[in-house]
Amino acid sequence: MDVLNVEYMLGLVPVLLRYLPLTLQLAGIGMVLALILACLFAVVRVLRIPVLNQFTIVFISFFRGTPLLVQLFLFYYGLPQLFSALTVIDGITATVMGLTMHFSAYMAESIRAAIVGVDRSQTEAALSIGMTNGQLMRRIVLPQATRVALPTLMNYFIDMIKATSLAFTLGVTELMGATQKEAAGSFLYFEAFIVAALMYWIVVELLSKLQNYLETRLNKAYNR
Amino acid sequence: MIKLASLSKHFGKTVVLDEIDLTIETGEIVVIIGPSGTGKSTLLRCINFLEQPTAGTMTLGDLTVNVNRASRADVLAIRRRTAFVFQNYALFANKTALQNIAERLMVVDKWPKEKAYQRAREILDQIGLAEKEDAYPASMSGGQQQRVGIGRAMAAGAEVILFDEPTSSLDPEWVEEVLGLMKQLASERQTMMVVTHEMSFARDVADRVIFIDGGRIVEQGPPSEIFHNPKDPRTKDFLKKILATR
Repeated sequence: MDVLNVEYMLGLVPVLLRYLPLTLQLAGIGMVLALILACLFAVVRVLRIPVLNQFTIVFISFFRGTPLLVQLFLFYYGLPQLFSALTVIDGITATVMGLTMHFSAYMAESIRAAIVGVDRSQTEAALSIGMTNGQLMRRIVLPQATRVALPTLMNYFIDMIKATSLAFTLGVTELMGATQKEAAGSFLYFEAFIVAALMYWIVVELLSKLQNYLETRLNKAYNR
Repeated sequence: MIKLASLSKHFGKTVVLDEIDLTIETGEIVVIIGPSGTGKSTLLRCINFLEQPTAGTMTLGDLTVNVNRASRADVLAIRRRTAFVFQNYALFANKTALQNIAERLMVVDKWPKEKAYQRAREILDQIGLAEKEDAYPASMSGGQQQRVGIGRAMAAGAEVILFDEPTSSLDPEWVEEVLGLMKQLASERQTMMVVTHEMSFARDVADRVIFIDGGRIVEQGPPSEIFHNPKDPRTKDFLKKILATR
């Protein structure tokens, strides 16, 4: 076995770092859109809004029931075939669409469970003092549901950051795509991918720290 | 003044409240007693519109509402004129004692935060919990939580405070402090309707005791009359049972 080429690895760090922003952007935009969509789905499910509720159930079932890679290929290769207007869909757009829909399906369920989990008597108490449904949601239910849902949502975000690596299959040069190209040029596959792995790992670790901090803050009210 | 006329509540085919007529004067302390599952709590919940009554009219001060035709604005207006104290306290778990009391003033009455907090601090003083201002419900005893629950109801400046078995889920050691606070409110002539099994409270504090059975008012009168000279056999029977267990 050859010795690990440390010099090559160190040299690769600044090269790959240039592609990290795109990875984070894909995950960041995907997460924000997925959160919005998931909240809408959760409210539709909790309030059992007719038609939308049934649509949401099927949507969640499909996007949880099929692999993300299949969904990405559907968006990237499949949609342009169906709708000629979508021939311009690029890899980045298709990735964001796929990540958004895939993860919103999972997140909708945990947000719904968190909303339902807020003690029903507090809802009555809020209504009894004359709050509107909107005030009740904003001031009492959602802050408490956030605390319950936060660990799971952060897990999904972490999962999403790693899932952006699938974008390279759609020709997007993000962190994974760039690593693949570098490795193919140098034939130093192990060195290249271990650098990429470490980068993902460090980003995720930083996020875990943020999660701990947020959880401590949100749990303040519940410590005896 | 509160006036209920032919107020009914049906759950499906079950009649829980059967055309209740009841007038309560401002400053009156009314205690409602009766067997379990006879509609006492439902009556309070209907007055606060936590339950939608099935039929009848309700008057609160200058507001009269036919419950069938109550608009969303009517419901909010009724809730804002009636305050509710829950058996299980139902404090907002994400808010401190101070915020629990100030919440209504800020959100419903749109007071500026400083003014609401100032008023909430006065109430904390009255309920003897000034030092618990920044405590969250999870860190308070049952008795303290229920006193905050009462404080939250006091902040409303409501026509009436409705107490739904306020001491029933308390450990015995906390019951006295909650009853004490309720007596203090009664002595200030806060209009109150209290559903309770604390017969001593009814005897000592109530202006009027109402006995409800089967969704109807069976008998009502001053406590001396109800406790010492009940007329209806159902009242006699109930009092015999409940006083025997004390």
